[in-house]
Amino acid sequence: MSRPLRLVGQFAVIAALFAAAAWLSDHPTYRQIPEGSAVMMLTFVHGADRRGECRRLSPEEIAKLPPNMRRVQDCPRGRRPIYVELDIDGHNICRANLPPTGIAGDGPSRVYQRFVLPAKTYDVAVRMRDTARTAGFDHERRGRVELSPEQMFVIDYNAETGGFIFQ
Amino acid sequence: MIGVTRNALRAGFALIEQAFDRLFGPTLNPLAQLGALGFFFFWIVAVSGIYLFIFFDTGIERAYQSVEYLTRDHWFHAGVMRSFHRYASDLMVVMVAVHLLREFAYDRYRGVRWYSWFTGLPIIWLLYASGITGYWLVWDKLAQYVALVSSELLDWLPIFGEPIARNFISTGTLTSRFFSLMVFMHVAVPLFLLFIMWVHILRISRPKVNPPRTLALLSLAALVAVSIWKPAISQGPAALAKVPAPVSLDWLFLPLYPLTDIWGNAAVWALLGAFSLMIATMPWLPPLRRAKPAEIDLAHCNGCARCVEDCPYEAIRMVGRTDGMPFPTQAQVNPSLCVSCGICVGACPSSTPFRRTQDLRTGIDLPELSLKELRERVVRIAAGLKGSGRVLVLACEHGAAAERLEGTVVLPCVAMAPPSLIDFVLSRNLADGVAVAGCAESACYNRLGVTWTEQRIAGERDPYLRARVPRERIATIWASAIATKRAESGIASFAARLAALPSKPLRSPLPASAASRPAKFREPAEVRGEP
Repeated sequence: MSRPLRLVGQFAVIAALFAAAAWLSDHPTYRQIPEGSAVMMLTFVHGADRRGECRRLSPEEIAKLPPNMRRVQDCPRGRRPIYVELDIDGHNICRANLPPTGIAGDGPSRVYQRFVLPAKTYDVAVRMRDTARTAGFDHERRGRVELSPEQMFVIDYNAETGGFIFQ
Repeated sequence: MIGVTRNALRAGFALIEQAFDRLFGPTLNPLAQLGALGFFFFWIVAVSGIYLFIFFDTGIERAYQSVEYLTRDHWFHAGVMRSFHRYASDLMVVMVAVHLLREFAYDRYRGVRWYSWFTGLPIIWLLYASGITGYWLVWDKLAQYVALVSSELLDWLPIFGEPIARNFISTGTLTSRFFSLMVFMHVAVPLFLLFIMWVHILRISRPKVNPPRTLALLSLAALVAVSIWKPAISQGPAALAKVPAPVSLDWLFLPLYPLTDIWGNAAVWALLGAFSLMIATMPWLPPLRRAKPAEIDLAHCNGCARCVEDCPYEAIRMVGRTDGMPFPTQAQVNPSLCVSCGICVGACPSSTPFRRTQDLRTGIDLPELSLKELRERVVRIAAGLKGSGRVLVLACEHGAAAERLEGTVVLPCVAMAPPSLIDFVLSRNLADGVAVAGCAESACYNRLGVTWTEQRIAGERDPYLRARVPRERIATIWASAIATKRAESGIASFAARLAALPSKPLRSPLPASAASRPAKFREPAEVRGEP
């Protein structure tokens, strides 16, 4: 084989291999949710009440503390777990007890749960308990939600803005 | 199980390499240049990345717009560079994967080679981290998908207080500072990758970090062609209120991402952990039986440093003389790096089988196959050769002739045979010709054995094969372990050629007393210890 012909052959083989790599760089297409469906995401980060009640320190107890560490109240460090429920069209699809994060259990609880649903209208109800109560809920929101195909519908919670957020 | 997989892979590689050898020749064979091509693609990615950074804007809206601008409005230079950046990264993944498989197939990861194998593992992690951070920067639908899945994977680890994936599910949570951080990551991680690539080749002498010029030019031309034929493009701007449902994945960088949907994040981490653990422990599963390392005999070492020059593993270094001989240095073997290939024995000027000493010694020798033992084997096996066209085969234990029985002396590497051994065989009329049969040229088990042997025979590398040795009586056969038929036919045609040659003058005959003995006792005087 002559040198130019050999070079052409070498180029063709290398180009074919590179083309295969280039093709694999965006083929085949991947679909992470079925066609005509949407994603409902229940996610928030929220700290529940502390495990115990705060106790007011007496003046003697405050005086015993080092000057730079004096405080009025003594509060337990750990937080309570959060209990959360999510209903869709009257059916409960999520029920979770969310422990506090952190080694000492003093961090906020967190949830990040995703549900793939067919795109249509739903009655959504979300409830949360973040205090010492054992029955009932501290926060709740109900609503009718219309999900369009490929929509990312997020149920969040923000204590400062007054509770659950549908977005 | 590991052995069966390795042998099957080796056979596959040998077949492909044989075909590639025909088209490219052993020097340009891309399969013999995987590491060098990996470095080459890294530099292409680095240069194209710097070029793209000129156009890139780290704003939350402007990131996508700037990439679109360079891809559409300046397709002829910046767009091509973007394709270079993407495809060279992909090709680097291909090179790394095939390189890993090939080293496994040829059993070049155990023993002292554990270091290069082991340091390859962080290269894989860093390469993927570099690529994945790069995909985030474009901030198109694919970037959104990559950001979401990557952060969900990271959130599974108990290291973040707040799920970072929450930043990518609704608008308003992401700021432009995020892109500044990602640009920093996308620069810092590849820099660290380069550092580990350097660590990876530290224990190899003459590492191939640049492919041959012709191969580099061909690769560059092919990259240009592919970049024009199929330019890298974005997949529409990221929209956090929508799920990037159909997404064109880069299956070379993101093959595990769909598994997070199917198996879950825990299973993907388990898979990654198991893969990493397997790679990290493979050199010891099971450990390679190591032959004793080469030993220096100071009485025969003049500190010429040829063994240092030829050792493919940086296992020998020169140190100050310790025995009072009038030479400034002496060779010293690092046993933890020596693979006992014997290339140093072939390089030592003291390694001459013509020596008429009682006990043949050389400056550096293998305890388990000394030069003396090698000479004895050569003489013993050559004595069994009959008829016209007698061929003595010096075979590499990893090559096609290793399993041959007749007239074959097997060595750890053909470069262990000093050129003077060929001279010895021919000048003593032990055989009519010598066939040196090593590994395939593009896949030398000991990296440089084939090259050094060819250069020594051609008189281009010290120690040279003497000019008096008739070259027509020497054949080199480079064939992989599966190419036994090719090796056999090469030896047979060489024997036929030898038979047709006029008989050669005997320069240094065996003593008459030896010649008159029965063949099994017909040995050179020095083998028997006679002066």
